[in-house]
Amino acid sequence: MASDKNMSSLDANLKPEDFQKIGIDEKQAEVIQRESLSAWKDSLERLRQNKMAMTALVVLGLIVLAALIGPLFSKYNYYSNDLVNSNQPPSSEHWFGTDDLGRDIFVRTWYGARISLIVGLAAAAIDLLIGVIYGGIMGFFGGRVDNIMNKISEVLYSIPYLLVVILLLVVMEPSLFTIIVALTITGWITMSWIVRGEIMQLKNREFVLASRSMGAGSKRLLFRHLLPNAVGPIIVTITLSVPNAIFAEAFLSFLGLGVQAPIASLGSMISDSLTGWMYYPWRFLFPAILISLTMLSFNIFGDGLRDALDPKLKK
Amino acid sequence: MGMVRYIANKFFYMIVSLFVLISATFFLMKAIPGDPFTSEKAVPPEIKAHLYEQYGLDKPLYHQYFKYLGDIAQGDLGVSMKRLNQDVTHLIGQTFSASLKLGVVAIIVSVIVGVILGMLAALYHRKFIDSAAMVLAVLGIAVPSFVVASLLQYVFAYKFSIFPVSGFKGPMYYFLPVAALSAQPIAFIARLTRSSMLEVLHADYIKTAKAKGLSWMAILSRHVLRNGILPIVTYMGPMTANIVTGSVVIEQIFGIGGIGKQFVEAISVRDYTLIMGITIFYGILLMVARFITDIAYVLVDPRIKLTGGKEG
Repeated sequence: MASDKNMSSLDANLKPEDFQKIGIDEKQAEVIQRESLSAWKDSLERLRQNKMAMTALVVLGLIVLAALIGPLFSKYNYYSNDLVNSNQPPSSEHWFGTDDLGRDIFVRTWYGARISLIVGLAAAAIDLLIGVIYGGIMGFFGGRVDNIMNKISEVLYSIPYLLVVILLLVVMEPSLFTIIVALTITGWITMSWIVRGEIMQLKNREFVLASRSMGAGSKRLLFRHLLPNAVGPIIVTITLSVPNAIFAEAFLSFLGLGVQAPIASLGSMISDSLTGWMYYPWRFLFPAILISLTMLSFNIFGDGLRDALDPKLKK
Repeated sequence: MGMVRYIANKFFYMIVSLFVLISATFFLMKAIPGDPFTSEKAVPPEIKAHLYEQYGLDKPLYHQYFKYLGDIAQGDLGVSMKRLNQDVTHLIGQTFSASLKLGVVAIIVSVIVGVILGMLAALYHRKFIDSAAMVLAVLGIAVPSFVVASLLQYVFAYKFSIFPVSGFKGPMYYFLPVAALSAQPIAFIARLTRSSMLEVLHADYIKTAKAKGLSWMAILSRHVLRNGILPIVTYMGPMTANIVTGSVVIEQIFGIGGIGKQFVEAISVRDYTLIMGITIFYGILLMVARFITDIAYVLVDPRIKLTGGKEG
């Protein structure tokens, strides 16, 4: 009914003379109107527009910077005891106060942040290495290899993560190295599954077939074609596994299995402060705020990255 | 048919994983230098030999291993190394009730508060309530539970004396530890509920329900909520793990005599049999929780089709 009305108004006014032939300008069809965006640039642009994620990135940058150079601004070090000045509140002398052994909390907080970041980043890096190799093999070869390797990872994954870490550290002497090793012993599995899923999806695509028909070997296919295309989800997984490792280390500190004194991590400082922190809240507050801020920033930035890299997931 | 195979498959994995964990505890314990009877005092060799015989330590390793497996199958986790003549199973049983109460209350609170928060956020999508709930959720996920616990203890127990600082003697003692334990699960559940409810709210069957003139309350309770909380079922396993590991630290902070506190104490005095015993106990608990989650997930959602025995 509505179209009837339209029709009548159309044939009332239009005559053949009203039309003009303009032809096709083939050159115009080829003109690039906008700058071409690669998938990466597009993601980067989306990430840049995400204010929360960018703020988190800046905060993370500042934390890393402060962890690197913060201790240089103080005349104290993280290990010297000064029992006369124990449990001092923040002052111009000790900016964040001192702990029960008179150690300067300002220096220890930044030093601890450094250790926590090292643990988080090193664990994530090792997870990445093992996960990419293991997951790459599973996804690329498929079939029986995949079946067996996947079953092994499934069994390992079923064992609660922190229990494995605790067991290992009870037996090995806790040190920075053994903690990182323990955290990665089953930590790589999630990464391997992500890589496996991505590769399985990618390996049936035309560009892989093209490369294969041109004679590319397995190694070239895997490292030049499949893995580079799976980079997005891998980066997101790393970003979100760093705070997990930082938290796990802090958790271990509560069990006395974290880094051993006088080395400090944010977790061990918080754990040490709990005995008397009603009376000396500064001993707890500074490391607690910093660890929360670090984990918060990693989480927000990781979420932002995921949204930016995978537009399908956008809310 | 597919269902039975699926359950059998998951059950098989659970048993294998449990076996790996138990074997790991055994061999790790053997890897520790010294044995339970190594002490400062020089023990006459005859007595030592007798002790070895009594505990079967004179037998070959494989024999000890099978005996260990057999004992665990019967619920015998051995004898504590530091507390004289105390059964590990008995010690765990003593402290289990406090942890169980705390854990169950924390799970209930997490689900209720999480679902309500997530639902409000979805219903008031892009409004103030939504943003506030999501800020809370991000904080809950990122801020470690021990920081939350210590802050709650400082503000509500120490500064304002509303709740007791520590102990576990009555209803008032539940509030702070439960709040600290459920902070992270609440945040996860709120996020899950929000995103799944947003999806459901735009589904065709909701439009149908509106079109046939159902009241908004009926649509919410009969259609939106029922479908919207499905993903939470998948989170039950991880949530149990979260609350169990969380309780280790929370019990310590609030001085609650549960398994977690005992675990920390066992680690600090290196009571290896007790450590291994609690590890196995936690392992069984969490793996069974995961198993139930896997089963519940397919039972609850009829849309999930099982394809043979191969899962992705």
